[in-house]
Amino acid sequence: MSDLNRLTIAGARDALRKGEVSAVEVTQACLAEAEGAGALGAFVHPTPELARAQAAAADARIAAGEAPDLCGIPLGIKDLFCTRGVPSQAASRILEGFKPEYESTVTAKLLGEGAVMLGKLNMDEFAMGSSNETSCYGNAVNPWKVDARALTPGGSSGGSAAAVAADLCLAATGTDTGGSIRQPAALTGIVGIKPTYGRVSRWGIVAFASSLDQAGPMTKDVRDAAIMLRAICGHDPLDSTSADIAVPDFEAALTGDIRGRTIGIPREYRMDGMPDEIEALWTRGTEMLRDAGAKVVDISLPHTKYALPAYYVIAPAEASSNLARYDGVRFGHRAALAQGDGITEMYEKTRAEGFGPEVQRRIMIGTYVLSAGFYDAYYNRARKVRALIKRDFDEAFEAGVDAILTPATPSAAFGLGEMAEADPVQMYLNDVFTVTVNLAGLPGISVPAGLDRQGLPLGLQLIGRPWDEAGLLNVAYTLERATGFVAKPQKWW
Amino acid sequence: MSIDIETARRVAKLARIRVEEDALPALAAEFNAIMGFIEQLGEVDVTGVEPMTSVTPMRLKRRADVVTDGDRQAAVLANAPDAREGFFAVPKVVE
Repeated sequence: MSDLNRLTIAGARDALRKGEVSAVEVTQACLAEAEGAGALGAFVHPTPELARAQAAAADARIAAGEAPDLCGIPLGIKDLFCTRGVPSQAASRILEGFKPEYESTVTAKLLGEGAVMLGKLNMDEFAMGSSNETSCYGNAVNPWKVDARALTPGGSSGGSAAAVAADLCLAATGTDTGGSIRQPAALTGIVGIKPTYGRVSRWGIVAFASSLDQAGPMTKDVRDAAIMLRAICGHDPLDSTSADIAVPDFEAALTGDIRGRTIGIPREYRMDGMPDEIEALWTRGTEMLRDAGAKVVDISLPHTKYALPAYYVIAPAEASSNLARYDGVRFGHRAALAQGDGITEMYEKTRAEGFGPEVQRRIMIGTYVLSAGFYDAYYNRARKVRALIKRDFDEAFEAGVDAILTPATPSAAFGLGEMAEADPVQMYLNDVFTVTVNLAGLPGISVPAGLDRQGLPLGLQLIGRPWDEAGLLNVAYTLERATGFVAKPQKWW
Repeated sequence: MSIDIETARRVAKLARIRVEEDALPALAAEFNAIMGFIEQLGEVDVTGVEPMTSVTPMRLKRRADVVTDGDRQAAVLANAPDAREGFFAVPKVVE
């Protein structure tokens, strides 16, 4: 077998069990590919020795029989996950040198299944960004390219998206607070799923906005997303918000039969100035699901336009609280102090040096909306609007809708640096279709659905009922088969 | 709602982030752009709406009230920028 790095999880799983390849060989292929892909800026802390040792152990386990699905599968891990003894710095200078003494629940589950960690992946600093341009490591770059421009892989899980799209790994972990799995997946032509809030433990994942953050898989196809999702789900006593709900076999749910299912098309997602190509893609996706036997209905989610403003109160408020821990005392960076500096100067200088501009901006917005006199006007009002956004979805589901189809992003990948002069709000608009899902706590998946005129991938988003990832993945699988999307980026790196 | 330089200075202080005097006007302008965007929330009628607190109502798990962790001083201090004699070290706090 050649090009082992191009395998899917399912393909590698089956080949490993038949003895056609070894985990060491698949791992070596990925390591070699990643080593030659420095121009993509995807891997920021490679762990090749660790990967080879884990692969050898996986081969022994497979030979002994009864190995779990992910045994011997080489993965990339977003830098937001704490990994024992391996740098985990959320792409921030403030966590320079930090090597956790513990393992996040998600990575512990993956490693427990015998998965191989190739290294840590680039991202926006503290997962705050939509283009991977706020990273302390520099930009991650989209493997898709149509002219001289270097394009964004999206963000915040930009390194994960670039690595999976470029076949540097078989799959990767991502996290999604406002669209950070689904938007980069759409811009790089891969699959990304954000599970229902509470499906996956947040323990050991560097916190951004605790009521919105969820981890999920970023994979080459829907089947792989189903396989990897099962491995990371489940109740964890270390995360009090993780749900004690049975985890179904998501892969077994992929029947491709959606006859009689009801798909909602929300009219509020038809935004002013939406590019024709996005509109046409959405229409084609709708027709494909109808052709597969689904019933398509128009629905209304009236509070959609207030989702982004509500998000930009709630997420910074939670971030300002979560990021208070970076004070130069217990871990990470501490500023050099001048003669006579006290503890307040230490905090202020450390945080000014350690946090990049976007993170500082969000901490301060959060501080402002939580400050005395503004708490009710901004924070409590945003939480009430959030309840209304969730109610919109509840009503659609009560009326019989099984899943909702929307575009994943308002455009294809844009050039790195193109948004540098825009005000921050322009960048925030990237998440206009994805952010509602985090506020309502629902599962959402981005599926590659076609190429635009320039030849860049575009994605469609499906939104599911709470805890119905199985049903959602099956609709996504049906859509994936109908679109027949198989395009890959031409290697230039 | 307009955020002036004085407010920007106060917020930076509350957030414990040093912002140089000459950077305050640009910061205030950015805050104004973002807060202007957020102002839209004022259009929504939220009368009688309870703030959302959880995605699916569920009772938090309880566990026995016993010690489950501890005795890891070395691990706790391993990442400290300055640790001495088993403690985190910081500049003098009390005169």
